[in-house]
Amino acid sequence: MASSLTIEGISAGYGAVRVLEDVSITVGAGETVALLGTNGNGKSTLMKCVMGLVRPMAGSITAEIDGVRHELVGRATEAIVDLGIAFVPEGRRLFPKLTVTENLMLGAFRPAARKVIARNLDFCLETFPRLRERSSQLAGSMSGGEQQMLALGRALMSAPRILLIDEPSVGLAPVLVRRTIDKIKELKDGFQLTVLMAEQNFTQAIRIADRGYVIVHGQIAFEGGSAEELNNNELIRKFYLGM
Amino acid sequence: MRGFPFFLTCLLVAAGVFLAARWTENGYVFFAGYVVLQYIVLAIAWNILGGYTGYVNFGIAGFFAIGAYTTVAVEKLVPLPLPVVMLAGGAVSGLLGLGMGYLTLRLRGVFFSIATLAMAVVAQTFMVNWDFVGGSAGAFTIRPMTTPYFGMDYIRYLFLLMLGLVVLAVVVARAIERSRLGDGFAAIRDDELAAEASGVPTLRLKLIATAMSGAFMGMAGAPLPFYVTYLDPPSAFSLAYAVNTIAMPLIGGTASWMGPLIGAVLLASLQQLVTVTISSAVNLLIVGLMLVGFIIIAPRGIIGWFGIGAGKRRRGRGR
Repeated sequence: MASSLTIEGISAGYGAVRVLEDVSITVGAGETVALLGTNGNGKSTLMKCVMGLVRPMAGSITAEIDGVRHELVGRATEAIVDLGIAFVPEGRRLFPKLTVTENLMLGAFRPAARKVIARNLDFCLETFPRLRERSSQLAGSMSGGEQQMLALGRALMSAPRILLIDEPSVGLAPVLVRRTIDKIKELKDGFQLTVLMAEQNFTQAIRIADRGYVIVHGQIAFEGGSAEELNNNELIRKFYLGM
Repeated sequence: MRGFPFFLTCLLVAAGVFLAARWTENGYVFFAGYVVLQYIVLAIAWNILGGYTGYVNFGIAGFFAIGAYTTVAVEKLVPLPLPVVMLAGGAVSGLLGLGMGYLTLRLRGVFFSIATLAMAVVAQTFMVNWDFVGGSAGAFTIRPMTTPYFGMDYIRYLFLLMLGLVVLAVVVARAIERSRLGDGFAAIRDDELAAEASGVPTLRLKLIATAMSGAFMGMAGAPLPFYVTYLDPPSAFSLAYAVNTIAMPLIGGTASWMGPLIGAVLLASLQQLVTVTISSAVNLLIVGLMLVGFIIIAPRGIIGWFGIGAGKRRRGRGR
């Protein structure tokens, strides 16, 4: 059974600075939803609100996991991870001085994930054979593409139902961006995940997204019901892609 | 129990150290050795927070002196056997660590360090104004000549207690390194946000680290009144404790319990030697020179030299 995420009327910011203004988003069961927008529009802040890393000033975030609804606002991050929501932070944020295996193991820190650690490790190493080759190498010494693979692998180690990915393409060569996006699709199908992905790279993101939201200055400017709809929208072409 | 053979080895080594000290038939060996042992405990305790989680605590003198003052207070109320008093000192300093952690662990990097330094100053001010434990005039503690146990010389008894504490600290530190707790600490040190996003309960782990670190420092400080026989705030809260204790793991290496152990043995022995042969004022000069030297030639400490491990257990933060 797949899981869904509902964000309703979220406002958030840092100190006196408002970043998000009444943002509402839904990610349906088994969907891949892209959160599009250029730098500084609030994509990462929204992700951090879901993970409990930033406390919103107003609004609610609910996750429905295996038919049970959970309110996420006010919960500690580790409790949110425990529910089955994993997060790949922007810029990968690996543990650079730990080995690849140690990084993966830390992804399964929570008790629920520890029970299925062997199975998930197998799956991760199967999906990313490169990580098996590099298992005893320090994470910080790998290439950007490999690091992104490890970041995805680490998130999967917590046996998530909902996966949040913040800018998977950041700092990667175009060919690796394409490969990473393909991998996300593969993982989503393999794990039956529900995915919310923040991305600047519009063309790559909508290749695998079912739907998308464009966020501008902390507000949802446009909601596209399908990839085609986003692709053909005048507003997006004009303001976002600059065409 | 996996750690049991290691525990036995530690006990054997400790017994060897004690016998060797006895064999010299020089009472001063116990007197000087006590200080070295005390620094081993302090350095390992500091490393639990500073080395494993990467939070640099400058408030060592605070925890240490609170442990010592606990003894003064307990002595005045109900004289108890020293091992029990040490546990009490550890409990008080551990609680202090927990409280300090709760107030300051939202701060990161240098801001955390400044807050810990401030904690030590606050604790000192408190002690200066608390007449029950002597206030600014200080407190005398009468050291018995011998102990009730086997009529042992009291300094030897203090030496033995501190030796036992060293064994405890080493065993605990090693157990942490090999546990999930140690994995979590390493994650916090490497990237706290990523640790949090991976579901590591960072605040709880950091509180465990500050409490354990503080408790060991308090236990190391508890026998101090009997050792010096006269305790006053400026000497108990001396910044030299903090400087020495931080220098030792940095010289030895922060990645494993061996680092602070080696650093403390090296630095504290050298200091004791120099105090006797040259002058006690050279003490801190040596610390400074060795720190500068080691940062240049061995940024990962002595154990880093010997390449004690890659990965979590072997590689500390590159300094």
